[in-house]
Amino acid sequence: MELLNALVLLLNYTIVPAITYGSQLALGAIFVTLVYGVLRFANFATGDMMSFGTMFAVLLTYYFQSVGIGLGILPTALLTIPFAIIAMILYMLFIDNFVFKYYRVKKSAPVQLAMVSVGVMFVTQAIIRIIIGPFDRRFLDGEKFILKASEFKEMTGLNEGLTIKSTQAITVVVTIILVSILFWFLNKTKTGTSMRAYSDNEDLALLSGIDPKRVVMITWIIAGFLATVGGVLYGLDKSYKPFVYFNNMLPIFAAAIVGGIGNPFGAFLGGYVIAFAEIFVTYAYKKFFTYLLPESLEPDSLVQLLSTDYKFAVSFSILVIVLLFRPSGIFEGKKI
Amino acid sequence: MRKYLNIITAYSIMMILIILVGIFQSWSIALSILNYCLISAVMTMGANIQWGYAGLINFGIMGYTALGGLAVVLVSVAPVPEAWSAGGFNMIMSLILILGIVLVVKYILKKYKSLKYRNYLIALVIVFGIILIRIVASPGIEAIESVNPAKTGFLGGLGMPILFSWIVGGLFAAGLAFLIGKIALGLRADYLAIATLLIAEIVVSIIKHEDWLARGVKNVIGLKRPVPYEINLQTSPWFINLVEKLNQGKLNLISSVSEKKDILNQLVIDASSVYVKLCMTGLFLTVVIILLILTQKALYSPWGRKMRAIRDNEEAAGAMGKNVVKEHLLIFILGSAIVGLAGAMMVTNDGLFTPGSYRPMRYTFVIWVMVIVGGTGNNFGAILGGFAVWFLWVEAGPIALFLINFFTAHLDEANALKVHLIESAPYFRFLMIGVGLLVIMRYRPKGLIPEKINTKKI
Repeated sequence: MELLNALVLLLNYTIVPAITYGSQLALGAIFVTLVYGVLRFANFATGDMMSFGTMFAVLLTYYFQSVGIGLGILPTALLTIPFAIIAMILYMLFIDNFVFKYYRVKKSAPVQLAMVSVGVMFVTQAIIRIIIGPFDRRFLDGEKFILKASEFKEMTGLNEGLTIKSTQAITVVVTIILVSILFWFLNKTKTGTSMRAYSDNEDLALLSGIDPKRVVMITWIIAGFLATVGGVLYGLDKSYKPFVYFNNMLPIFAAAIVGGIGNPFGAFLGGYVIAFAEIFVTYAYKKFFTYLLPESLEPDSLVQLLSTDYKFAVSFSILVIVLLFRPSGIFEGKKI
Repeated sequence: MRKYLNIITAYSIMMILIILVGIFQSWSIALSILNYCLISAVMTMGANIQWGYAGLINFGIMGYTALGGLAVVLVSVAPVPEAWSAGGFNMIMSLILILGIVLVVKYILKKYKSLKYRNYLIALVIVFGIILIRIVASPGIEAIESVNPAKTGFLGGLGMPILFSWIVGGLFAAGLAFLIGKIALGLRADYLAIATLLIAEIVVSIIKHEDWLARGVKNVIGLKRPVPYEINLQTSPWFINLVEKLNQGKLNLISSVSEKKDILNQLVIDASSVYVKLCMTGLFLTVVIILLILTQKALYSPWGRKMRAIRDNEEAAGAMGKNVVKEHLLIFILGSAIVGLAGAMMVTNDGLFTPGSYRPMRYTFVIWVMVIVGGTGNNFGAILGGFAVWFLWVEAGPIALFLINFFTAHLDEANALKVHLIESAPYFRFLMIGVGLLVIMRYRPKGLIPEKINTKKI
C-alpha cells in the first residue's frame, strides 16, 4: 500500500507532467532539427514562430467561441489548429522566400543565416505583440479533467490522488499521432527519403535529381505543422504568453542538441530527456520517502536536489554535459 | 581625410540626432540616451572583438553583463557584519568545497586517463559534492537571508570605491569566459551561439535566485556613485551661483524677487540632474576613448593581423604554426571582459542592480544587432552601431506613435484599429530593429562602416 502510494505520488507530480512537457518540447525540437538538417542553420526564431502559429489558434478560438462553434468536451482550439497551420505555413514560406532564400542561394555561412533568423525573430515578435499584445491569455475550454484526484482516491482507496488533465491527454495523443505520421513520412515515402538524402549530402542529392526547391518547401510545411501543434499544445496546457514562448526556445534547443542535432528521432527523445531531467531534479522527494522509509529514517528536509527556480538551468546544464562528453549528441547527429 | 569622411558624417548625424532630442524633448533625456549609447558602444566593442576580429559568435552577452553588474554590488556595497557572523562560515566552507570538487575532478582527469568508468566517477563526485554543499550551505543561506530581509538579507560587498568595481566586473566576466571557452570553443559556430546563450541563462538564473549573494530579484538599490548627488548640488552655493550666472539674461527679465527665486530654484533642480549626467558622460567617454585607442592599436598590430588570418582561414593559419585554440580562447576572454566592464558601467549609471531585468532579448540580441549594423571588424563601426541602434531602440516608440497618428489622421479618434495601434506603439521598436537588421544584412552585409584593411602592395 505504501509503495503504491509512493508510486502514485511520483506519477502524479513528476511522470505525467514530464511526459506532457516532454511531448511539447519534442515537437519543437524536431522542428529545430529539421530546419537545421535540411536548411542548415540554427533557427533563433523557433520560439516566436511557434508563438505566431498559436496566436492564430487563440484568435480563431475566440472567434469560434463568439459564433458558438465548439467541440463539446474537447477544447475548441483543436478545431482551429488546421487553420492556424495554414496561416503558419504561409508565413514561413513568405519569410523563406523573401529572407532566407537569398542567403541559401548565395550559399552563405550558417552563422549568417542564424543572424538573419535573429532578424526574423525580432520581426515576428513585433508582429505578434502588435496583433495580440504581450498579455497572458487562456483559451482552454471544454472539460478540464479526465481524472480528478478525489475520484481516483475513491476508486482505489489510496491516500494519494492522481490527476490527469484533459490537456495532458490531448498533448500525448496528438504528439503520438503527429510524430508517427512524420516518421512514416520521413522513412517510407519517396519525398521523405529525398529529404533525408538532401540533409545527408546536398551535392549528392542534387546529382541524383532531387529538386531542392521542393525539399525546402516541404521542410517548411512540416515545420509549420510541428511549430503550430507544439505551440498550441503548450498554450492549452499552460497559457499563451508571447514572452514565455521565446523563453521556451532555449530548452527546445537543448533538447535538439542533446538528441543529436539533425536527427529527428534523437530530437524527439531529447525532448523527454530534458523534460524528465528538469522535473526529476527539481522535485522535492520528501513525501515520497516518507511513504517508503520506516518512520525513524524519515527525512526532515525537502530532499530536493535543486530548487525549482533552477528548472531551466538543469536542462542547460545537461546540454553542457552532453557538449563536453558527446558533442554530437546522445543519438549521433550531424558532425560538428 | 577622405578616408574618414563617412565616419565623420555618420557620427555627426548621430550627434545632431541626440542634440535634436535635447531641444525637442529635454536635455536630461538626451543625456541619458547618450550615456546608454556610450555603454552600448562598450558592449558592442566587446562583441565586435570576438565576432569581427576572430569570427567567434557569442550569444552570452547577457551573462557577462549581469556578472559585471554583480561585481558592482559585491565591491561597492558596504558589508553586512550581522550576515557574515550568521552564515559567513558556512558560505566560506561551501566555497572551499567547490574548490575541492574542482581539484578532485582535475585530479581524476589527470591521473586516470584510460579508466573506463572515468566519466561516471566524475559525475558521482559532482553529484555527491552538490549534495554536500547543499547540506553545508543551506543553514548559512537561511541565516543570512533572515538578517533584516527587507533591507539587507545578503552578505553585502566590500565597501570599496565603485570605480574599482568596473575592473572587477571585467575580471569576473573574463573568468566566466575562460570557463565557457574551455567548454564550448571547439564547437561549430552556431553550436557555440546556442551553448553560450544557454550558459548565460544559467548565470543569470543563479544571480536571480541566490538571494544571499546580491538579494536576487529583490534588487539592490541605492548604490554608490562616482559622481556628486543631485541633492548635494542643489544646496551647494557654487552650483547655484553657476546656474544663476549661466541664466543671467533670462533671470534679469523677471522683476519680482520671489518669482525670480522660484524660477532659479527650478533651474537649479534641472541643472543638477543634467550636471550629474554630464559627469557620467565624461566618465563613460573616457572609457570608450581608452578602449577605442587600445582596440585600434591591437587591430593593426601583428596580433590583429594574426587574428584576422585565423578568422579568414583557420586551417591555413593553423598550418602556419599559429595556435588557433589558444588565440580563440584569449580573444574570447578579452571581448567578454569588455562586456563585463560595460555591465558594471550600466549598473553604476542606473544606481541599482535588478537581476530580474536581464533578458536575452535586450542584452544579447539587441547588442548583436548593434554589432552587425555598425560594421563587423571595425571599431568605429561598432561604436556607431551601439549609438544608432540604442537611439532607435529608445526613440522607436515616439517615432512609431508619430507615424501612426500621421497615417491614421483621417480615422475617427475612437476607431478600434487606431486605438489598438496606438496602444501597441512600444512594440514597433522590435519591428524597426528587426527590419533594420534584415535590410542591413541583405544590402550592406559589412555594416554601416565596413571593415577596412590596408592592403599595401609589396
